[in-house]
Amino acid sequence: MLGSITWKDFSRHMVRNRLSLIGIMIIFSLLLLALIGPYIAPYSPLSTNPIHKLESPSKTHLFGTDSLGRDILSRVLYGTRISVTIAVIVLIVSGGTGIVIGIISGYFGGIVDDILMRITDLFLAFPQLILAMVVSAALGRNLRNVVLAVAFTSWTVFARLARGQALVAKEQEFVEAARACGASNTRILFVHILPVSISPLIIQGSIAMGGIILTVAGLGFIGFGAQPPTPEWGAMVSDGRNYLPAAWWACIFPGLAIMFTVLGFNLFGDGLRDILDPRMR
Amino acid sequence: MISYIIRRLVWMIFVIFGVMTITFFLARVIPADPVAAVLPSNAPPEAIAKLRAEMGLDKPIWVQYGIYINGVLHGNLGTSIRTRQPVLNDLLRYFPATAELAVAASIIGIIIGITLGLLSAVKQGSILDHSGRVFSIWGLSMPAFFTGLMLVILFSHILHWFPQMGEMPSYLRRPPRVTGFLIMDTMIAGNWSLVLNELWHLALPAFTLGWLSTASIVRIMRSSMLEVLPEEYIKTARMKGLRESTVILKHALKNAMLPTITIMGLQVASLLNGAVLTETVFSWPGIGRYATASFLSIDFSAVVGVTIFMALLYSSANLIVDLLYGYLNPKIRYT
Repeated sequence: MLGSITWKDFSRHMVRNRLSLIGIMIIFSLLLLALIGPYIAPYSPLSTNPIHKLESPSKTHLFGTDSLGRDILSRVLYGTRISVTIAVIVLIVSGGTGIVIGIISGYFGGIVDDILMRITDLFLAFPQLILAMVVSAALGRNLRNVVLAVAFTSWTVFARLARGQALVAKEQEFVEAARACGASNTRILFVHILPVSISPLIIQGSIAMGGIILTVAGLGFIGFGAQPPTPEWGAMVSDGRNYLPAAWWACIFPGLAIMFTVLGFNLFGDGLRDILDPRMR
Repeated sequence: MISYIIRRLVWMIFVIFGVMTITFFLARVIPADPVAAVLPSNAPPEAIAKLRAEMGLDKPIWVQYGIYINGVLHGNLGTSIRTRQPVLNDLLRYFPATAELAVAASIIGIIIGITLGLLSAVKQGSILDHSGRVFSIWGLSMPAFFTGLMLVILFSHILHWFPQMGEMPSYLRRPPRVTGFLIMDTMIAGNWSLVLNELWHLALPAFTLGWLSTASIVRIMRSSMLEVLPEEYIKTARMKGLRESTVILKHALKNAMLPTITIMGLQVASLLNGAVLTETVFSWPGIGRYATASFLSIDFSAVVGVTIFMALLYSSANLIVDLLYGYLNPKIRYT
């Protein structure tokens, strides 16, 4: 049963599973870097220096410099904050939308459920990246619209899961009791059903993080995300790509940053999945 | 079964219609004027008005929508302002390259994925199991574009084993177009050394895209094997004195394949997503690159056309997988 994991089970299993522990450590260092990155970055991420362009990694520039002489380490550090912030906002927007649609659908059932779930299916018929590209092209290519584009494509998982949770929860006695006391539908939905349905949704959220970061980076790489000179990882890889193989550092360091970030979330998510589905252990 | 197929097809038509509507209106909120993309900035106002009328942009949006739907029903997806070709022609021209890439990637994904998943389950808890797990989580964490670039650096720039981009050397002449699928056409032309050369070009992009599928297949294969292995009929087969390899390959694998087939249907979406990125990295002349270029130049008809096309591919793949699943698993009856 999804909802019945105790915090003790969770922490015990996480510590025992070395891979998820590594995931948690990566996530924590990432959050730390997102927080303090801009203070420990040796240079400004935007200040160009044509004399020192495409310099290989050295003591003064640990990760080398890019085609405009900007310090790549500093850009990667600033990029951490950008990626983490975007992913968290996307998660809040898409998770929020999906949860509201899902619990309404599951609680009311009938025609409301039919319509909302058909809309959800419709969105699932789009390949995610293509839909995000349409939204981003339509609204204008910038960071804010990346959030909207990715959220627009990733709320469906939460809607489905929340619907299932609401279906189970609405049959419980405390919901009936609340209804008998004259509580409004809105109150039952958000005060009684939502809290008991939330833990699998939170777990789904951390599993979804890796995918969200990948989509954001992918959009940045093909030019639909952050525009120059914003130090976004995907866009940095795309820029560095023009100077391969000689200046490999311009492309590899931001790429590794994406990889480790997603790896952290996936390792953590994998551990969570093991707790949910003990057969996989 | 027949009624199930019909209901699914009706639903698919509804989905495509919905996708078309959503994309049409999304693409129409684009602030940039498509006319400005075609004409020079100093074009006289009459020319601009004329082109607007020609493109139907002077009519109210509902009328434009009606005209578009009418066109689609007659097999006309409009004309691309970038390539100046009918969008349908463009799609059919670029699709084969993507299909070849996706098929090659799936083959790689299925072979490595099933083997690794099978071995991981049989040798559960061994080094092999752990490395299989790391390999698959790693694969899911690599952005396709980064995998592609790493492979290019290693195998093209450093080792010079594989070509860096394209589907064949640009100085050679393409074989006459018969099916549109380059490798097939080359085979028909009987030019076998070129076929090898094309496969050689295909290797890196196919592996880049295939790693993504491998990762998901390994996981699902491992878990469904673990579910099947303790079953009574496996014990029976062992007790009959069958060789372990027969038990695994004949009895367990067959039953463990079902969930794997479902995941392969879902893979089509990630193949299409991945194709957009992989084709960009390898300058692969497929639909993904066509999509990126059209979207970046706000080529309205092409944007809607590509999206409908992708949605159609994706829904058909899912339908086929569902039917296949029902066929392989008689326990499921579609009602």
